[in-house]
Amino acid sequence: MRLSTDRLVVRYSGAARPALDGVSFTVTPGSLCAVLGPNGSGKSTLLKALLGIIPAESGSITVRNKPPRAWSRRDLARMIGVVPQGEALAFPLTVREMVGMGRYPYLGPLHGEGQKDREAVQRALVQCDIERFASRDVTTLSGGELQRVRIARALAQEPAALVLDEPTTSLDIRHEMAILELLRASADAGMTVLVVTHGLDLAARFADRMLLLREGRVVAQGPPGTVMDAPVLEDVYGWPVAVEPDPVTGSPRVTPLRSVEATGAE
Amino acid sequence: MRRVGLSLALVVLLACSMVASVRFGSVDLGTADVLSALTGVAPPWVRTIVVDLRLPRALLGALVGGGLAVAGATFQALLRNPLAEPYILGISGGASVGAVLMLATGIAGAGSWTLPLAAFLGALLAIVLVFGVATASGRGMDVRVLLLAGVVVAAFFSACIALILSVSEARTVQSAVLWIMGSLANAGWSNVIVAAVYTLPATVLLIGLARPLNLLAIGEETAQYLGTDVERVKRLALGVAALITAAGVAVAGVIGFVGLVVPHAIRLLVGSDHRALLPLSFLAGAAFLALADLVAKLVLAPTEIPIGVITAFVGVPLFLVLLRRSLAA
Repeated sequence: MRLSTDRLVVRYSGAARPALDGVSFTVTPGSLCAVLGPNGSGKSTLLKALLGIIPAESGSITVRNKPPRAWSRRDLARMIGVVPQGEALAFPLTVREMVGMGRYPYLGPLHGEGQKDREAVQRALVQCDIERFASRDVTTLSGGELQRVRIARALAQEPAALVLDEPTTSLDIRHEMAILELLRASADAGMTVLVVTHGLDLAARFADRMLLLREGRVVAQGPPGTVMDAPVLEDVYGWPVAVEPDPVTGSPRVTPLRSVEATGAE
Repeated sequence: MRRVGLSLALVVLLACSMVASVRFGSVDLGTADVLSALTGVAPPWVRTIVVDLRLPRALLGALVGGGLAVAGATFQALLRNPLAEPYILGISGGASVGAVLMLATGIAGAGSWTLPLAAFLGALLAIVLVFGVATASGRGMDVRVLLLAGVVVAAFFSACIALILSVSEARTVQSAVLWIMGSLANAGWSNVIVAAVYTLPATVLLIGLARPLNLLAIGEETAQYLGTDVERVKRLALGVAALITAAGVAVAGVIGFVGLVVPHAIRLLVGSDHRALLPLSFLAGAAFLALADLVAKLVLAPTEIPIGVITAFVGVPLFLVLLRRSLAA
């Protein structure tokens, strides 16, 4: 399923500067696109606009073949599984109940879960490797475990696209890699995957395309090889960097420099 | 199945407490008298006690208790706040101002319907005020503003009540205080019908919204991503829960504690899924209030203890035991 924007402008009420200013980009089925940029560059706003939470001031947004706000929330939920940045649970809930919520877009008020729904939940639990603690209370989980539960919930929606806002922030290497491999596999299986992240190096390794934002504008987009360009990154992040191919993986790797290193002094 | 077992136990408990409420009261009647009253062959005074006083009182207790528990569970989910309860939006304050005004001006003596009507109107005024403030931004209803507006409006109504009572006679003050503490002593068939008309369809509707409520308890953004029209559900569920509360306060005064603690007790027993939580809270609230009323009637008979005292005296230890048990598990 295709997700795209064309010259999209989004402005929060009362703000002088638009949060997104003329953003055009496309994510196609079977590809993983990473959205990057400094804090406040408009990454999360772009996701919220794509998902129909925030209206566009001008320009267009297209989900499959029409604007997100022309779809019902229920239809959108059947097409796009979302893992938002944070959730504050007010009451305890088991892992299986939480993942089961991914089936809600398919159920009517009087219609209970059927065989198909139970199978989708089971598949998601296995895919995210959380089956072992399916009956645990989610409020007792570690950050990495909870994150996998939230991704499993999105997968249980059996969506054509996955949209994730910083899914690996605050996770250790193992959990971060496990999640990125899962997302890569989902894209390879034909899903459209869009990830907001701060991790330049891992994005360059896993993504097919990268979108680099600064102050609501697109600075660069394309395959990692073209976006991971030292002068562009230095400009966007306001810090000197070196970009070298990683000796192990061969994908571009960013090294932020100490100020003394940048000036070449010993 | 724990949920099935608990529902059966609650249905039995509710049935027993209703039967006991009809069987026992300040006038000592035998089981045979009660049965003959229900089948219509008893002397008129026995019929009056059983059919016109005790039966509606038992039904009203169950309806109000069940309604408050369901409304409490709904408010807790929508406001994502475990301390939320049916009176948190100032509904009880508005109703109390209406009722106290009727008592202080003597209009309450003009007919038994005046006081509940004034209380209901007061409750509606509170709802309109609080909802009006919470939707003032034009970008949908903000539950944080709702909560804050509710607390502030409640404080204003308390001040109104204090003002009215300070210039009233001692007798008025006493009846006002007794009304505010809540009682089922004024139960009659008209009250039962009002409570039933508001509570039963509203409860069914809220149970129909159980899945969206599950999602809203996690967060509004997540609820949207999982297919919920958040604004619609919030307005519908809050409005309906507020109306249940308003009807309950109008017919039985401010009965505390049921709406706060019954949903928590059920959550501790069966978890937070509203598909189980709401119906079980209704049954538990109904049984709990019917039993509390029975105790209120009998302990110091013929003097009645305010039912709110019983709900707290019985409910607090019960809840603390449940809480301890769940923390130990």
